Amino acid sequence: MKTIKLLSLSVIATLLFSACSSDDDAPEVINEEEEITTLNVFLTPVGGGDTVTFTFRDLDGTNPENTGGTLQAGTTYVGETQFLNEREDEDVTEEVLEEGEEHQVFFTASNSLNVTTSYDDTDVNGNPIGIEFTLVAGEASQGNFRVTLIHEGDKFAEGASEGIYNPNLVGGETDIEVTFNVTVE
Amino acid sequence: MFQRFILLCLFLSIHFIAIAQDCDLSISGQIIDIHDNSTLQGAIIAIKGSNVVAYSDKNGNYELENICSGEITLEVSHPYCEPQTKKVSLKENSVINFRLEHHLEELNEVLLKGKLYDKNLNSSISNQIKTKELENFSNASLGDALKTLSGVSSLNTGSSIVKPIIQGLHSSRVLIINDNVRLHDQQWGEDHAPNVDINSAANVTVIKGASALKYGGDAVGGTIVIEPQKAPLKDTLMGKTILTGATNGRGGTFATSLIKANSNGFNYRIQGSLKRLGDLESPNYQLTNTGQRENNISLGMGLNKIDYGFDFSYKLTDSEIGILRSSHIGNSRDLVNSINRQEPFFIDDFSYSINSPKQQVTHQILKLNTFKKLKGIGEVNLQYSFQNNDRQEFDVRRGELRDKPAMDMNLKTHTLLAQLEWTTLEDFDSNFGMELNTQTNLPNPDTGVRRLIPDYDMYSAGIFATTDYTVRENWKIDAGIRYDFSRIDAEKFYYESRWNELNYDVLFPQFETYRVEKGQIFTEPSFDYHNISGTIGSNYTFDNGWQLLANLSSASRAPNPSELFSDGLHHSLATIEFGDLQIESEQSFKTSIGLKGKIDSFEFNIQPYYSYINNFIVIEPTGEQTTIRGSFPVWEYRQTNARLFGIDVNASYTYQNFDIASSFAYVNGHDLERDEALINMPPLNISNTITYRKKEWNNFYVSMNSEFIAEQNRYPDNNFLTDIVSSETGEFEEVLVDVSTPPGAYHLLNFRTGMEFKINSNRLSFNIILNNLLNTNYRNYLNRLRYYADEVGTNAMLQLKFNY
Repeated sequence: MKTIKLLSLSVIATLLFSACSSDDDAPEVINEEEEITTLNVFLTPVGGGDTVTFTFRDLDGTNPENTGGTLQAGTTYVGETQFLNEREDEDVTEEVLEEGEEHQVFFTASNSLNVTTSYDDTDVNGNPIGIEFTLVAGEASQGNFRVTLIHEGDKFAEGASEGIYNPNLVGGETDIEVTFNVTVE
Repeated sequence: MFQRFILLCLFLSIHFIAIAQDCDLSISGQIIDIHDNSTLQGAIIAIKGSNVVAYSDKNGNYELENICSGEITLEVSHPYCEPQTKKVSLKENSVINFRLEHHLEELNEVLLKGKLYDKNLNSSISNQIKTKELENFSNASLGDALKTLSGVSSLNTGSSIVKPIIQGLHSSRVLIINDNVRLHDQQWGEDHAPNVDINSAANVTVIKGASALKYGGDAVGGTIVIEPQKAPLKDTLMGKTILTGATNGRGGTFATSLIKANSNGFNYRIQGSLKRLGDLESPNYQLTNTGQRENNISLGMGLNKIDYGFDFSYKLTDSEIGILRSSHIGNSRDLVNSINRQEPFFIDDFSYSINSPKQQVTHQILKLNTFKKLKGIGEVNLQYSFQNNDRQEFDVRRGELRDKPAMDMNLKTHTLLAQLEWTTLEDFDSNFGMELNTQTNLPNPDTGVRRLIPDYDMYSAGIFATTDYTVRENWKIDAGIRYDFSRIDAEKFYYESRWNELNYDVLFPQFETYRVEKGQIFTEPSFDYHNISGTIGSNYTFDNGWQLLANLSSASRAPNPSELFSDGLHHSLATIEFGDLQIESEQSFKTSIGLKGKIDSFEFNIQPYYSYINNFIVIEPTGEQTTIRGSFPVWEYRQTNARLFGIDVNASYTYQNFDIASSFAYVNGHDLERDEALINMPPLNISNTITYRKKEWNNFYVSMNSEFIAEQNRYPDNNFLTDIVSSETGEFEEVLVDVSTPPGAYHLLNFRTGMEFKINSNRLSFNIILNNLLNTNYRNYLNRLRYYADEVGTNAMLQLKFNY
C-alpha cells in the first residue's frame, strides 16, 4: 500500500514540477547593452573649417568599418571622443564621464605621423579622461593614430597624465582599441 | 516473516544417519548474508554453555565436531551482524545454515539505496576515497580530494573552482552521481565546479571508463559516485562536527551532521556546512578577489524495512566565488601584457569582500526513492528527482550594469528512474532499468549580454540491461548494454551575418523563422541523437589472492549545448568561441586492465588503459577577429579521432609503525587527424607519503607527502600572432601570444599530524595540516588562470573533529 502511495506521490510531484517549469513563451532578443559599437573622433580646426571625423563602427561583430581621415598640416584641432552603442541608441560617453576616475582615453601616434595631443578635461582626482582634447597636426606625414580606452587602469602611473600609454604601468583592461590610418597634408 | 520461514525450510535440512554414539555428532552449514545471498566469512558459531567454537571460512562454511546429542543452543555472531540464537534437539549429524542480517552499520548500502546504484559492475576499474580521507578536505572541494587518487587530476579556474579530470577527460565526459542522482549543473563549462558539498560525502568512488552503465551511457571519461553517510538500523543518535581554520584565506569551514535512527527502520538526517574564506595568498603577493562563501544544507528522511522502504532527501548548495581580478582582460594585447608582466596587475591588501568577476551558484536536489522486494523475482526500485540550478556570473562592467550579472541561467531537470534487479536465475545477477529526463534551460534576458547558452528543452530516455555471471567462485564475468535517445529543442538568436557566414542558411533553412530583430535572426534548432553504449568484462581471483580485472567499454555522448551553440566572447581567456550545429555524437572504445595484489605487507594496484574516441569534440583556435576592443583569437569546435593511453599505479608498504604509500599516473592523448597532442592532458605525476603511526599515543600519526608534477611536454601549439601597436614607436608590430607553453615542473611538500581522544563514547580529534610547506612558487598547466598569477602558497590549517 505504502509503495503505491509513494508512487502516486512521486508522479504528482513530477506533474507539479513540470507544470511550474513549463514556459512556452518565445525568448526576447538581447542586445549587448554594455558593448560599444561605434567610436567617433571629431576634430574641428581652431578658427573654423570642416570637422574631420574618424569612425570605427561594428554593429554585428563581423564586419567592422574603419574610416581614418586627412588633417591639414600646421593646424590645431579641438578634439572630442564619442562612444556609442548604436544598437541601443545609447551614448556611452556619458557613462565614461560619470565614472571618469576609472576611465582614460590614450591617443598614440606612430613615429612617422607628425601629430601631438594634449588633454583638456579632468576627473575628480584632477587626472585627464580624454573625452576633450587638443590635437596639433605638424608637417605632412602619414601613419597610425591609435585610440585606446582603458578601464580601471592606474591613472596615477608614470606618464599616464601626459597620455603616455605604457601597458605595464597603466594595466587595467582594454574597452576599446582602434587604430586609424591618418594622413597629414 | 513468511519469507524468512520459507527460506529457513529451504536451507534447514536435517540428515538422518543411523549411528547412535553419544558425543560423536557434528553440525555443519553455511553462513549467508540475507540481503544478497553472499557468504559471510569470520562468523563465530558457538554452543551456549560450552567452549566449542567454530569460525566460518571464506566460503561461509563452518563445522562443529564431537558434540553430544541432546538439547543445545547455537549462537551465531558476526562483526557486522545482529547475533542469532537457535535451539536444536540434536540426534544425528546435522547441516544447519544461518542467514544473518549483514551490514547493520550501513543500512542504505544494501537496503534502501537498494540495487539502484549500489554496486559497480565487477570488472569496473575504480578507486575509492573513504570518510577519513575526505574529512581532511573539509575546507577544500570535491575536486581537491579526488586529486589524491592516481589517474584523477583537476582542471582549475583559480584555486576555488576545481573540476575533476579522469584519465585525461573532464566536464561533460565525467558523470557525477550524488546520492543516486546524476548532477545536471551546467557541467559543460570548464569553469563550472560540481555543486557538491564535500562534507556531505561519506565515500566517493571513481569509476574510470564507461562500465557503470546504470548511471548513463555517456561517461566517456568516467563516473564519480558520491555516497552520503548512511543511517544504521538501530536506535541511535549519532553526529559529527568538524571545524577547520586556515591561515591562507584567513577563514575556515564549519561542518556538522546529525543522524537519528530507529531499529524499526525510520531515520532522520540533517547535515550542513558553512565556509568563509577571504583573498588567498601566493608566496609573493595577494591573489586579489579570490574569496569564497559557501552555505550548504541537506535534509533526509527514510524508512527501511527489509522488504520495502523509501527515502526522501533535499540538498541545497549555495556558493559565491570570487575570480582573480587580474584575469578579467580586454583583448589579446592585455593577454600578452599579463603573460609578460609575470605578476597580476591588481594586487590589493587582504580583504574578505567578493567583487566582480565572480560566480554565484545555487543548486537544489530533491529526491524520492522507494523499493520493494518481490518474491521470486528480485527487487524493484523507483526514483524521482528534481534539480534546480541557478548560475550567475558577474563581469567587470560599467555604470548601472555593474551589479547586473553578465550571465544568468536557470536549469531545471526532472528525472524518473525505474530499475528491476532480477536474481531468479542461478549465478546471474541482472539489472534492467529505464531513465526518463526532461530539462529546461532558461537564460534571463535582462543581463544585457547575448545568451552564451540559448533557451532549450531537452528530453531524453534511456534503457539498459546489465548482468553479472558467476562462472566459478573466483571468476565472474559481466556485460551490459544501454540505449539513449535525446532530443534538444533550442531557441536562439544568431546575428544574421554570422548565420549566413556559417552557411547555416543553406544547411539548416528549416530552423529559420520569420523573426528578425535588430540584425538578429530567431532560429529554432532541433536535433535528435541516438546513443548506444556497452561494456563487457571479467574479474578473476588467483589462488594467491591477486585479482585481475579486464574491461572493454564503449560510451556514446551527444554534443552538449556549449559545443552546439557557443557564440561569443569568453572573458577569462580573451577568446571568441563558436559552437557548431553540425557536431555529432562522439563514441569511445576503451580497454582497461586492473591487477591488484599483495606480497606480505606490500600491496599494489596497476591500471593500464587504452582508448580510441571516434568524433572526439575539441575546441581549437582557427583565426582572429578584430572588434572595437582590439583583436581576439577565434576558437571553434570541431571533431576528430583521438586516442588516449596511460597507466595509474598505486603501491603501499607497511613496516612496523611506518607505512609508505606511492601513486603514479601518466596519460598520453593524441589527435589522430592532426597528428598532434591533445590539449590539457595532465602531466606525469608522482606522489609519495610516509606516515608514522602510534596507536598507543591516542592514535597519533605524523605524515609527510611529496608531490611531483612534471612539465607537460606534449601539447598542441595554439600560439598566435597578433598585430599590436607598440607603445613606444606607435608602429604596428607582430607579437607572438604564447598561450600554449606549459609551465615548468614543480614539487610540493605537505605535512600532516594528529591525535584522537576518547571522551566517554565520543571521540575528539585534532589535526594540523600544512599544505605547500616550503611556500613553493609554481604555476599549474591545468589552471585556466595560469597566465595571470602564481598558485597559492603555504596554507596552515587546524582541524577539530568531534564524533558523538
